[in-house]
Amino acid sequence: MGAGFHRPAALGTLIARALGLLYGAVMGLPERPMRAAQARMRGGRLGWLFVAPNLLVFGVFTFLPIVIDFWYALTGGAQLLPQDRPYVGAENFRSLLACANYLDPTSCERDLFWYGVWNTLKFVAIQVTLMIVFSLLTALVLNRRIVGRGFYRAAFFYPVLLSPVVVALIWKWILQRNGILNATIQGAGGNGVNWLVDADWAFFWSIFVSIWAHMGFYTLILLAGLQAIPADIYEAAEMDAASPWRRFRRLTLPLLTPSLVVVFILGMIRAVQIFDEVYVLTGGGPGTATVYLVQFIYQTGFAAGVRQYGLAAAGSLLLAAALLLFTLLQLRGLKRGAP
Amino acid sequence: MLAARRGRSGWDWTDWASHFYLLLGVALMFGPVLWLFVSSVKTQAALDTFPPTFLPWEQKQATLPGHAGALPVFQIMAGDRAGQSLVQIRRIGLEAQLASPDDPAKIARVPISQLRPELRLHASWSNYTDLLRKFDFGLYFLNSVFITVVATVLTLLVNSMAAFALSKYRFKGREPVFLVMLATLTIPPTIVLVPNYLIASALGLTNSLWGVIFPAVATPTGVFMLRQYMLTLPDEILEAARMDNASEWRIYWRIVLPLSAPALAVLAIFSVMWRWNDFLWPMVVLSRSDVFTLPIALFSFQGDLQTQWQYLLAMTACTLLPVTLIFVFLQRYVTQGVASVGVK
Repeated sequence: MGAGFHRPAALGTLIARALGLLYGAVMGLPERPMRAAQARMRGGRLGWLFVAPNLLVFGVFTFLPIVIDFWYALTGGAQLLPQDRPYVGAENFRSLLACANYLDPTSCERDLFWYGVWNTLKFVAIQVTLMIVFSLLTALVLNRRIVGRGFYRAAFFYPVLLSPVVVALIWKWILQRNGILNATIQGAGGNGVNWLVDADWAFFWSIFVSIWAHMGFYTLILLAGLQAIPADIYEAAEMDAASPWRRFRRLTLPLLTPSLVVVFILGMIRAVQIFDEVYVLTGGGPGTATVYLVQFIYQTGFAAGVRQYGLAAAGSLLLAAALLLFTLLQLRGLKRGAP
Repeated sequence: MLAARRGRSGWDWTDWASHFYLLLGVALMFGPVLWLFVSSVKTQAALDTFPPTFLPWEQKQATLPGHAGALPVFQIMAGDRAGQSLVQIRRIGLEAQLASPDDPAKIARVPISQLRPELRLHASWSNYTDLLRKFDFGLYFLNSVFITVVATVLTLLVNSMAAFALSKYRFKGREPVFLVMLATLTIPPTIVLVPNYLIASALGLTNSLWGVIFPAVATPTGVFMLRQYMLTLPDEILEAARMDNASEWRIYWRIVLPLSAPALAVLAIFSVMWRWNDFLWPMVVLSRSDVFTLPIALFSFQGDLQTQWQYLLAMTACTLLPVTLIFVFLQRYVTQGVASVGVK
């Protein structure tokens, strides 16, 4: 004690010590009840006691909701409480799927849903492809012996940490009519474009911004996959004087397949759920050019004047079914593709 | 060409191409954020200037005795007063009336084609201080901090308890429990948005910070990550502690948790990121502005403040600052964590 007064400990040590005391005080609290429980329970049951808090939260906020989701999807009206909602059978699903021509959303009873479906499909196909290409390219470059590799790797990862709202506002500021992008283009003699008011450009930027925000994550996974490939394989190939392209096709790509599959599945599950950054960037517009499925669910369930929980729930169940189907198909294709 | 080159030295064209690609990438990744920061210290007038300048230049202003308020300062480019810098009192048509602060009575009339605004570098930090005066920015910030800290502590506690049981105990139902938890990885939170809202309102959690905290406390990712790590801890340590008559709870918090610190640190960083940036669920649960988190406040203001970008930009900068600091100091752990676990 006395020594502490003469030589005051560094602030960091003090904080660490205080946190340690706090940790001990708080975590020591359940000691007695847990010991009592331990005395009564035999071996196995104690495991359940440790899992219980997790299972409780899971049950209340993941499993129970799935069950309730079906009830909402099968009932109508704008009431939130399940007992107040009249049973309507498959009416919500019928309404979502009622279309004279599925390719033309204006002919559908719920046109916003079908705009969402087609935009999402288009978005997933383009965004996932481009993102894998750029992540792979970046990972391959980062896998070389390069000065400052750690810095470059971190730079590509930085946007992954940003909030989607922040990402959207950063780009909104750049893309606005009098933004720096238009200033640069006009400075170079071109004509400025009202990027987020033009339907095709808005769609392009929704893809660009989502790749910008997420590719660092996939790059890291692929880079980890590349670094797991033993170096001597390449040395053997170099001795055989295999061309670099051949080395890539015959060695790197097959050995990287597991990582690529992870990236593909994760990337697709996320792309199907695209919402946050695009919703803030474009609000789904102009018109319906960047309305995606999750925006349909959010708008019908929570942002509309009359909250149609039933339609929103039916829409999310269809989305879940599509995701499940996609994943199963991929896994099946994988099994067939595996040697 | 693309595969790793090992054991050779000297620069060939692929090295140049790689560095070019990477530098371009760095500019593309950091540039927009840098532009945001630089823009956030510009005055509204500087933000309205087109084409924009990179640094926050703004026109110098001065006061003249006998005239109210601050007046713009111009440099005179031609004529017999060329080189002087004077304060503009008013503009009439194509002519401006200017005077020097030393001799305000002597008014010079100069065609505006001969005038150039006198610029100075000026960081308008008032954009940031105004956030506290004009908006409840401090409140939103505290809400976000509260949610992030409490949710992260709860996530670490709840997930590590489950991971401890799933890795160190043998009990009936252990495998099914683990599998079911893993299966929830594939259920995106958007799919249970509507029923979760019902449950939150039934529990009285709407418009409450706890309503944001609780639903995502039991992350399957966290349980999985911690379980895998705890499997590598030798059972002998636990047995030795049991010999010393330590209770199971004590074994958990005195032995297993401290030994799992590296995995807990990675999960903590993830949890902070998830919670600080969370958007859709808070937007559904929180509708009263006194419980808004930073992203929600930002989103609700971006509609109202389109004409006042200086506040929007300053608020955005404040929102991204904490994650940027985490990134600067802990990026090694973050990137290694992602690489080893493959989760976000």
